[in-house]
Amino acid sequence: MILRLAFRSLMARALTVGMTILAIALSVALFLGVEKVRTGAKASFADTISGTDLIIGARSGSVQLLLYSVFRIGNATNNLTWESYNDIAARPEVDWIVPISLGDSHRQFRVMGTTSAFFERYKYRAGRSLAVAQGLLMDDLFDAVIGADVAATLNYKVGDPIVVAHGLASFVAHDDQPFRVSGILEKTGTPVDRTVIVSLRAIEAIHVDWQSGAKIPGQSTPADVIRQMELEPKAVTAALVGVKSRLQVFGLQRAINDYPQEPLLAILPGVALQELWQIVGIAETALIAVSGMVVITALIGMMATIFSSLNERRREMAIFRAMGARPRVILSLLVLEATLMAAIGAIIGLALLYAGLVVAQPLVDAAFGLWLPIDPPSLRELWVLVGVVAAGAIVSMVPALRAYRMSLADGMMVRI
Amino acid sequence: MDSDTSILSLRDVRYRWPGRASFALDIADFAIAPSETVLLLGESGSGKSTLLSLICGTITAQAGSVTVGGTDLASLSAGKRDRFRAEQIGLIFQQFNLLPYASVRDNILLPLRFAPQRRARVAAPQEEAHRLCTTLGLPEEAIAAQAGTLSVGQQQRVAAARALIGAPPLIIADEPTSALDAATQATFLELLFAQARANRSTLLMVSHDARLAAHFDRVVQMSDVTSPLQGAA
Repeated sequence: MILRLAFRSLMARALTVGMTILAIALSVALFLGVEKVRTGAKASFADTISGTDLIIGARSGSVQLLLYSVFRIGNATNNLTWESYNDIAARPEVDWIVPISLGDSHRQFRVMGTTSAFFERYKYRAGRSLAVAQGLLMDDLFDAVIGADVAATLNYKVGDPIVVAHGLASFVAHDDQPFRVSGILEKTGTPVDRTVIVSLRAIEAIHVDWQSGAKIPGQSTPADVIRQMELEPKAVTAALVGVKSRLQVFGLQRAINDYPQEPLLAILPGVALQELWQIVGIAETALIAVSGMVVITALIGMMATIFSSLNERRREMAIFRAMGARPRVILSLLVLEATLMAAIGAIIGLALLYAGLVVAQPLVDAAFGLWLPIDPPSLRELWVLVGVVAAGAIVSMVPALRAYRMSLADGMMVRI
Repeated sequence: MDSDTSILSLRDVRYRWPGRASFALDIADFAIAPSETVLLLGESGSGKSTLLSLICGTITAQAGSVTVGGTDLASLSAGKRDRFRAEQIGLIFQQFNLLPYASVRDNILLPLRFAPQRRARVAAPQEEAHRLCTTLGLPEEAIAAQAGTLSVGQQQRVAAARALIGAPPLIIADEPTSALDAATQATFLELLFAQARANRSTLLMVSHDARLAAHFDRVVQMSDVTSPLQGAA
């Protein structure tokens, strides 16, 4: 009965209570939304590469190597020579190796040169392989396989021509050697979706008439002639490596880091990701703190609402006292009301979060390549909700204690 | 009247509101017999509400004793006094003091929530609330209505039903008819008296309206109960 009366009392003040609940709901949705984006980003990053034991590149920072080789963020400071690549590939510990050559672009998307082994060896999201949605993998030298986002953004179909630009922000195009879209990959939620993949030989092919980063004036070798060339690369940007035994990973890493012919760096993708989290950890903490403060502000708002209603509710409290309610019943009633408000706010906040996720998921994916999963609430999120309700009950103790003292002083004879 | 045989007895009671030196209440002897109906007449500011607060135990006398049903309220802890009030006293207020957002049924049943013995006296609380409503002249559909939506006269009947449920030994009514017109006053008092008699409850009504005197077994002037105020300004 007391619970029903508390609920009816809330309903009688529907507007102010509704506004308070809305404030709590929005703050909870924001807090959980930040959590979702944070964990979604982490999972998305972590899912980008799977099954690769080492990434090798020119010596720089491990995070930098991870970012440019896997996430296509930033640029390599140097390359890995083809001799070194072959030397490492020939080591007995190496099970497989996939070269990556970056540097050119098509519109806003990176172009990556690699071998057919990339499609076999590159794994994402706990071991899933790349799959072709339309068309075929590269067959001809000037075939290109494009990621799902490239196809969707540029409205490309199999057979469409692609002209690769030299460099990343260059106005000079390799228009004398256009590519053809041979296949479109299925959506992966990884940077592969935003990549144009060509063969390693093709990267060499489009640079046949180039020297020191500039086109040789007046020279244009026909495509058929280029197809007959050997086209062995002089260098690659990075390489993904799988070892035969996981016990050999650290030994191989040490050997590559001490490679005498050129300064190289081998990183473990998972460890480099951890370093990356440490770097972004401060911003992450700040984001959580700000959204946490929004929740606290909403709860303080609720406390202020209860405080401001106390005077007009003195008669109500006096009625309870006259009927035999102890002052602590008055206290419990207010705490119960606040708990109800916080609980309703938390549930609405959760509903708002999921409604927001349904709307934002494709938009965020398209804009940032970040796939926010719509999963049931995690244990951590449920604890956050419990925490909000508990915090609501705790902050309501302040006005509830005031009501307790008022009811002691007023007794049952309030005339307002 | 012997305090052992009376339902209500105040002896040598003194009370002064904290921080209000201008007002004090001093009652040498005031008692009511079981099943008696008493009208306590007094002007505004004569201390009627303070006297009711003392009888209900929401304030405690600084001297003397207030005994209800043979129990000295001063001997009870604050919590027990609250429980005792719920068990022993049915209250009707001038402003009705219903919870406007709650249903008529919930308003009537509210005192039983805090009074287990009083609740135990009612075999079927819902039916009893319904019976009281009907007996006091409320329409059938009123039981489920929100109390705040009823007319003034209907709200006062709900307040009476709330005081009567569970047949408390003592019913205290504080100016219960002041908001009602003459015709409704008479009807309301008749119904209240009938129910109080049926329950064998004692009725103490506080009012400034001397015209009500004819309805009661005894009329007491507030000025006869209270001694000349010592320390009053």
